[in-house]
Amino acid sequence: MSASDLAQYVVTGLLVGGVYALMSIGLALIFGVMRVVNFAQGDFMMLGMYLTYFLAVVSGVDPLLGALLTIPPFFLVGVSVHRALLVRVTGGGDPQRLMDAQLILTLGLSLIITNGTTMLLTPMPRGIKTAYATQAFAVGPVLLNQARAYAFLLALVLAGVVYVFLTRTDLGKALRAAADDPEAAGYQGIDVRAMHGLAFGVGLALVAAAGGLLATYHPIEPTVAVNFIVLMFVAVVLGGLGSIPGAFAGGLLIGLVQSLTLLVLPFQLQNVGVFLTFLLVLYLRPQGLFGQRLRAV
Amino acid sequence: MRRLLPIALVVLVGVALTFTLAERYHHRVLTLVLVWATMGLAWNIISGYAGQTSFGHQAFFGIGAYVTVLLVVTTGLTPWIGMAAGMVAAVVAAVLIGLPTFRLAGIYFALATLAYPLIFRIGMEFLGYQEVPIPMMRDRPAAYMQFRDPRAYDLLALAALGGTLLLSHWIEGSRLGYALRALKANEQAAEAAGVDTFRAKMVAYMLSAAPAAVIGAIYAHAILFVVTPDAVFGVLVIVQTLVVCLVGGVGSKWGPLIGSAIMVPMSETLDATVGDQLPGIQGVVYGAALVLVMLFAPEGIYWRLRALRPARRAVEAPRVSAAAPRLDTTVAGRTPVERGAALLEVRGVSQAFLGLQALGDVSFSVRAGEILGVIGPNGAGKTTLFNVLNGFLLPDAGQVRYRDTPIHGLRPSAICRRGIGRTFQVVRTFPQLTVLDNVMVGAFAHETSPPRARERARAAMATVGLGRADDVPGVLTTLDLRLMELARCLASAPDLILLDEPLAGLARDGVETMAALVRRVRDAGVSVVIIEHTMYAVVQLVDRLVVLDHGRRIAEGVPNDVVRDPAVIEAYLGKRWLRHVEGLGTGGLGAAPQTPPRSGRRGEAASPRDPC
Repeated sequence: MSASDLAQYVVTGLLVGGVYALMSIGLALIFGVMRVVNFAQGDFMMLGMYLTYFLAVVSGVDPLLGALLTIPPFFLVGVSVHRALLVRVTGGGDPQRLMDAQLILTLGLSLIITNGTTMLLTPMPRGIKTAYATQAFAVGPVLLNQARAYAFLLALVLAGVVYVFLTRTDLGKALRAAADDPEAAGYQGIDVRAMHGLAFGVGLALVAAAGGLLATYHPIEPTVAVNFIVLMFVAVVLGGLGSIPGAFAGGLLIGLVQSLTLLVLPFQLQNVGVFLTFLLVLYLRPQGLFGQRLRAV
Repeated sequence: MRRLLPIALVVLVGVALTFTLAERYHHRVLTLVLVWATMGLAWNIISGYAGQTSFGHQAFFGIGAYVTVLLVVTTGLTPWIGMAAGMVAAVVAAVLIGLPTFRLAGIYFALATLAYPLIFRIGMEFLGYQEVPIPMMRDRPAAYMQFRDPRAYDLLALAALGGTLLLSHWIEGSRLGYALRALKANEQAAEAAGVDTFRAKMVAYMLSAAPAAVIGAIYAHAILFVVTPDAVFGVLVIVQTLVVCLVGGVGSKWGPLIGSAIMVPMSETLDATVGDQLPGIQGVVYGAALVLVMLFAPEGIYWRLRALRPARRAVEAPRVSAAAPRLDTTVAGRTPVERGAALLEVRGVSQAFLGLQALGDVSFSVRAGEILGVIGPNGAGKTTLFNVLNGFLLPDAGQVRYRDTPIHGLRPSAICRRGIGRTFQVVRTFPQLTVLDNVMVGAFAHETSPPRARERARAAMATVGLGRADDVPGVLTTLDLRLMELARCLASAPDLILLDEPLAGLARDGVETMAALVRRVRDAGVSVVIIEHTMYAVVQLVDRLVVLDHGRRIAEGVPNDVVRDPAVIEAYLGKRWLRHVEGLGTGGLGAAPQTPPRSGRRGEAASPRDPC
């Protein structure tokens, strides 16, 4: 295998990883702020894909723009879901029990969304036809699929916006304070519950947008969530549960691992490499690649 | 035996239904109810009793199905034996998965379990087992678990359910059951009370893998006929399992059965009536059931119903007279240590957290039959020291020797079983267990049979003068909680106990009760190490004192000498105060041991007024 082949695999992996990274930071934000593992995250991504699809098919909106248009509605959906459901299983009480309750609640939500979508829209896979899906930029010997390249760039931009929001704005700082220590944040006059709603809204908006970007080159079907929610979990754990830059790096890494696995294993086993990386990291560094090891007694 | 009656009743009802249902379809629903109840019970062992939420339990279900069916296909081995092979394979898999995965706790464990069935699924697809039909054996159908009569499958699944109910029943009442409930409530307190939590989880995991494999094999023969990775390793398997458990109630053997009896017929009926037009209706119903249960009855139907049962009238438990302490500290094979000889030796122990040196080169020894006080200002390293002594922390350097053998590096539970018990600064209870059961967890350190452990626990409670055996810890006073924790510690038959601020938060009479108790425990032959940060409380109680400051041992000796030690006065009150004390010539803090130096309630010497 030549060096340019290797470069091709690496570049393809990173391009795909950029979209994984965007979806993963949504999950990481929700976990970081609310300590909720959202099992339904993949399903909201799937809904984002469908919204982008219908915008493209019905109104002729370019899917790259459509992906951005999913952000406001899904932000509202997130805030509402938080207000209606998650509020009831966050807050005081035995943390282990709450954690279980949240997991199960979002698992139920995931089942409803997947199967409800199947009922309404049939299990038939759909796709968006764009001119750039089949085109490629040539950078030296390496070919960049245009759809993936655009998706990657937009993912990068959105992730950058989130990063600036969290680190440079007062609201972002309040969000991080609520994540670090809800009680102390509450004493400083931060409305922790509103911060949770904000986090859930932003988390869903990000994953929906990632779904929209994914829709430019990936088939759209109701059961698509299953494959991606696991990848998101892996990325978030790799980066250290709750760390947003970590999740971003984790997403890139997974794209890379998936792509490079193809060099040694057949296509069906593509995700085995990802899961093995996941388990390896859990065993060796459960705090994640970028997390800090905390000792608790 | 009488407690087995409800299980017998369940089996009877199952048999009765088997022989009254007429339609083939109804038999299918009955079989499914029994299958998912059994699978739920299997999951409940590790995730309910032990509280280790597993999202990957279908791994064992699938292993049972695949091993059994592949043995039929490849070697013609009857599934009656193949099922046992599947069970063994699942238990082996549980060991291989559990060994690394139980290093993770809580959410990390739950997420890691997600990966295993996915890996098995990909593996099966890769190996070319996307669809494995069970070969028809027309000549000897019964030998190959192939029945025309659907009642046979009902009975088969019923037998599996009955067996799993018996297993669950046994676990609930056994030492293992107490260990699991304790570690579910508070893993560290369980370890400190002598529960080897890692071992208990492993055993529970193995015990929960076995029925999952058996029922997976039965499901393959009764329902599937063609085994696919999706059907046995897929998400819907774990979803079904979670639904029946959560709707019915987690942590009891009746929950999964109730959940299955309600949810399975409901979803099957929906599927049969509107499933053609609405292909995803089953999933939507299950999803809605999960959401509604979490919102309105997160504890599940079984626990909801139990809470409706009229509460037994609270009997005002008189404080048991503690006049006749019979402290059973004898454990077979443990030789008594001569009074005054070194029982525990701490040699050069150091422990740092990131940049903070919590303990620096600390050495001292505990002599058999004494009460040793460990004092020092806040942040001196006292609790860190206890965490090293009872095995929560492995020291960066140094040795801890107990009865002349090194114990650092042992699990806390092993250290407890060797004879070192401890209590915590903030009492750590098992909130769902009654007071007696809390104490029994400690008693199981040296007992295997529940009746004997109960006896030992009652004796420990009598020793400390604690009644209220059937109350839950939530209703106890601070003093009673501290007594309960002490009783749990004594029930593990220690010959050395580490008490972390046992007087904190107690009123004056509580302090006296506790102090008298500590003396009596010492007189019964148990050595005591006691942490306090207020000097006045311990000075009268202890035989010797060790003083820590900023992680260093700054003094050791009899109380009267230690409280006059300039280094100690300086640590407690600062340099300027030391000069003042020397100037006054009062002879240090010992001059007025009754006077709390902190509060300065009386006397100029202890007044915290600016000395300069």
